[in-house]
Amino acid sequence: MDAEAIRSERDSGTPLIELIGITKRCPGVLANDDITLTVERGEVHCLLGENGAGKSTLISILSGMTVPDAGMIRIGGTETSMDSPRHALDLGIGTVYQHATLVPTLTVLENLILGNTTGVRLNEAEGLRRLDELASILGADVDPNAVAGNLALDEQQVIEIIKALWKGKAALILDEPTSMLTPAGVGELANMLQRLKGTGLGIVFITHMLHEAIEMGDRVTVLRQGRVVGTIAPAELRSTDPERLRERIVEIMFGEEANELSDVAELHVEASGSTSPDEPDSGGSSDGQGQPAGEPILKLERVSLEPSQSSHGLHEVDLTIAEGEILGVAGVGGNGQKELAEVLAGQRPIDSGSISLRHNGAFIQIGRLGVHSRHEMGLRYLSDDRRGEAVVGTMSVAINLVLKRIGKPPFWKRQIIQHAEVWQHAEAVIKEFDIRTPGPDTNIGKLSGGNIQKAILARETASDPRIVVYNKPTHGLDIRTSLAVRERIRQMAADGVSAVVISNHLEELLDLCGRIAVVSKGRIVGIVENGPNAERRIGDLMVGAFAL
Amino acid sequence: MKPTDTKPPEMTDEHTVVSDGLAGGLSNAEDTPGISLGSSRMEKIRRSMLLTILPLVAAMVVGGLFLFALGRDPLAFYATMIHRAIISPSGLQETLIRMAPLLLISAGLIVAFSAGIWNLGGDGQFMLGAALVGGLAASSAEVMPRGLMLVLMLLIAGTLGAVWTIIPAVMKARYGINEIITTLMMSFIGVNLASLLVKVMFLDDRPGIQTPRTPVLDVADRLPTLFGTRVHSGVIIGVVAVVGVHLLMTRTSLGLRLKVLGANVKAAHHAGLGVSQLTIATFLLSGMFMGLAGGVEVLGVQGFVRADWNPSFGLVAVPLVFLARMNGWVTIAFVFLLSVLSIGGELATRDAGLPNQFGLLIVALVLLFMTVAEYFESRRLRGERTVWATMAVRFLSRGDAAGE
Repeated sequence: MDAEAIRSERDSGTPLIELIGITKRCPGVLANDDITLTVERGEVHCLLGENGAGKSTLISILSGMTVPDAGMIRIGGTETSMDSPRHALDLGIGTVYQHATLVPTLTVLENLILGNTTGVRLNEAEGLRRLDELASILGADVDPNAVAGNLALDEQQVIEIIKALWKGKAALILDEPTSMLTPAGVGELANMLQRLKGTGLGIVFITHMLHEAIEMGDRVTVLRQGRVVGTIAPAELRSTDPERLRERIVEIMFGEEANELSDVAELHVEASGSTSPDEPDSGGSSDGQGQPAGEPILKLERVSLEPSQSSHGLHEVDLTIAEGEILGVAGVGGNGQKELAEVLAGQRPIDSGSISLRHNGAFIQIGRLGVHSRHEMGLRYLSDDRRGEAVVGTMSVAINLVLKRIGKPPFWKRQIIQHAEVWQHAEAVIKEFDIRTPGPDTNIGKLSGGNIQKAILARETASDPRIVVYNKPTHGLDIRTSLAVRERIRQMAADGVSAVVISNHLEELLDLCGRIAVVSKGRIVGIVENGPNAERRIGDLMVGAFAL
Repeated sequence: MKPTDTKPPEMTDEHTVVSDGLAGGLSNAEDTPGISLGSSRMEKIRRSMLLTILPLVAAMVVGGLFLFALGRDPLAFYATMIHRAIISPSGLQETLIRMAPLLLISAGLIVAFSAGIWNLGGDGQFMLGAALVGGLAASSAEVMPRGLMLVLMLLIAGTLGAVWTIIPAVMKARYGINEIITTLMMSFIGVNLASLLVKVMFLDDRPGIQTPRTPVLDVADRLPTLFGTRVHSGVIIGVVAVVGVHLLMTRTSLGLRLKVLGANVKAAHHAGLGVSQLTIATFLLSGMFMGLAGGVEVLGVQGFVRADWNPSFGLVAVPLVFLARMNGWVTIAFVFLLSVLSIGGELATRDAGLPNQFGLLIVALVLLFMTVAEYFESRRLRGERTVWATMAVRFLSRGDAAGE
C-alpha cells in the first residue's frame, strides 16, 4: 500500500495510524510503557509531556528509527513493522526533527531533491513541480534557489516541512516545531497545519507549550514517565473553554497522584533520619523545605547575556541565594538554564550586570573571575553534559577526580604529579561515594552515567564547597543513584552549603528546594515558594500561561 | 607463548594497565614469567613486535617486487641498505646524525599533538631557524667564542621557530580558526622567506659559487662531535628534547593540562584550564623545537644553507609520532628506524643506480603498513573483526608461534 492509497482511504473509517501497547525499554528506564494512541486523518494530535516523558522515543518509533520491544503499529488498518526510516517515508510518514537537517551550503531545491536521487542526474524540473505543489498547499512563498543556510529559522522550518512531505503525504510528525520560532512564525505554522489538515493529512504535534496544544490541537495526549496519563478527545477540546482546558491539562501533566519516586524519596529520608542520630536536629532549615535561614551568599543583579542564534541569552536576571539554601530552577529545557549555570560557574562571561559572592565575610565581585578562581572560592558546578564536558572520558577515574586541582598539592609537588597521592585519594573517594569501577586507573568513559555522576559529585563537593550549581543532577540516573545524589545535596545544605538545582523534573525540585525560580526565554518569570499548590503555580509559569 | 594467544585481549589489557598505571612499580614480571602479569608483558612486547616488524617485512616484500620489476636484485639491495645504515661504522654515524633534526621535530610534534593541535607548519619553522643560523653563524663565530656563538644561534633558531607560530596560535586561540590551514600556509611563506633571506640578506657573494647559499661555518666552529666520531652533539640535544617532552607530558601539571586540552576541549574549559593560554603555549613550544631542529642541522651537519635546500623533515615525522602514540621512548626507536631506512635507502639506491626517491618509497611503504597494522590491531582490541582481519590475525599468530 503506498502513501496516496493510505491517505485516500479516508472514508473507510480506519484510523491513519494506530499504536497499540507500544513498549520500549532503554537502558535504565522504561521509555515507553504500553502506549496506545491513534492518529486520525485530518486531525492534529498533540503530544504533551515533560522532558523524559517518552515523547522522543515515541517519535523515533513513528519515524522508523527505533523498533519497539513490544506492541503493534497499524498504518491504515494494516499491521506494519516500521523497521527503518525509509520504510516510514515510503508509507508517507514524514518527520520534522527538532534539529535542522538541511545542508546549509546547498540551495532549497538541492536540499529537497537530495534524498530523492534515483538516477545519476538530479531531476530539477520534477523537483520544482513538486516544490510548487507543496508550497501552494502550505500557502508558503518559497524561493527554490535560496541557499538554505541564509534563510531565517522560520523559513527553514517551512523547508523542513516540505522535505518531510516530499515523498508522499499521509502523516506529518513535528517534534517541538515552535521551540525556535518567532511568535509570527508560530502563527504561520498554525495556518499551514490548518491547510494540511484540509488535505486529509494526519499530524502529530509535539510541544511543551500548553496554549499551542489548545489552539492547534484537535486531540491531546499527555505522557508522563513513558505512560499515557490522559487524553482529551476532540469533542471535549472543542466544547471546553481554554481556561478550563489549561487547568485540566496542568493537572494531568504535573498530577495530584502521588509520584512513585517522591514517595520512595520521602521514605528514604525518614529512614536515614531515624538511623543516624548524629544528624543535627537544630540545624534549622535542614530539611530544605523551610525558609532560607542563613545570610545571603551569592547575589546576581541584572545579569544579562546577549541572545544568539541558538540561545535565548539571559535578561536581567536577579537572584539571591542564602547560605544553606537549596534554590531550584525550573523551566522547559533550553530557556536559559545552561546559560545561567555557566555564567555562575565562570565558563561564560556576562555581558552586563554583576555577580557577587560572600567570601571571608565580605561580598566580592566575581563576574570577571574565571572558573578556577571561583572553584577555589568554593563555587562549584556540576555540568549536565557529563561525558562531553564534566570528565575526560579517555582518562582515568583517578585523574578525573583531581581534574580541577591540577598542579595543586598534595597531588602535585613542584608541579610534578604524585601518583601515590592521586591513587590513594581516588581509592578513598571511590569507597566513600560507592563508585562502581574496576579500579582507579579505569578510563572514566567506560563507567555508567550514574557512576560518572558520583565521581563528578565527589570532585565538585570536595575541599570546602560553599555553593554548588547542579545542572540536571539526576538526569538519566536510576532511582537508587538519584536518591543518593539528592541525599548528598540535602546533607550538604544542612551543613551550610548552598545549592542551585536546575532540573527538568519538577517533582525533584519540589522534593529538594525551598524556593523555585522559573525561567522562560532567558528570563526569570517568577520565584515560587515551595508549599501546597507550588506545582500548579510552577506549571503555569513554565508553560507560559501567564507570560502570554 | 601458546597460552597467551588464547587469552581474551580484554583481560591482558587490564593487567597491562594495572602494571603500568598509577600503582607503578608493583610489576614483578621478571620474577614470575608465565603467570598473568608476566605473560601480559610478554603479550605487550609481542604485540609491539607485530606492529613494527611485520609492516617492515611487508614493506620490504612490496618494495622488493618493485626492485624485481626494475631488474634489480632485491636481496642485494636490502643487504646493501642494512650494511650501509647500521653495520658499517660510517653508515651508522650517518644514521645517528640524521636522527638529530628528526628527534627535535618529533619533540615539537609530541607537544602539539598531545594538546590536540595540528602544527603542520614544521617545515617553515625549521627552514627559518636554519636560514637565520646559516646566515649569522659564520660571522658571529668571528666575533665571539664558539660556545657562546653556538648557544646564541640555538636560541635564535628556537625563538624564530616559535615566533613563526604566533599568527596561527592567536588565530586558533582567539577565533578558533583551524590551525591545519594556517600552519600549512605559514609554512609555505616560511620556506620561501627562508630562501629569500639566503638569496638577499645572507648571500655568500664570493665569486665561483653556483647556487646561492650562506657563508660556510668553519668545521671547527660547529657543534662538538662525540667520542671522536662524526656524530655531533645535536643528537644528544634531540634525545634530551624527546625525553624531556615525554616527562613533561607524563609527570608535570602542564603536561596533564595539555593532554586534557587535547582529549576534550570542553572539559578543559569546564575545568578552568585557560584554554587560550595553553593553546598559545603549545604552539610556541612546538615551534621552538622545530626551529631548534633547523638550527641543529645547520650547526651540526650542513654548516651553511643553500637557497634551494629543504629536507622536508616536518611532514615525515608526523605519521611517526602518531604511530608511537606520542610516547617519547617509542618515538626515539621509530626515529632510529626511519633514519636507518632513509640513510640506507639513499646509499643503496645510489649503488643500484636508482633515483634517490626510491629510498623514500620504502620509507612510505613502511609507514603505510604500520598504519594498516595499527588499524587491524585497534579493531581487534575493540573486538570487531572483519573476515580479512580474522585471517590476518590467525596468520600472524601462527607465524609468530612457528617463529618461537
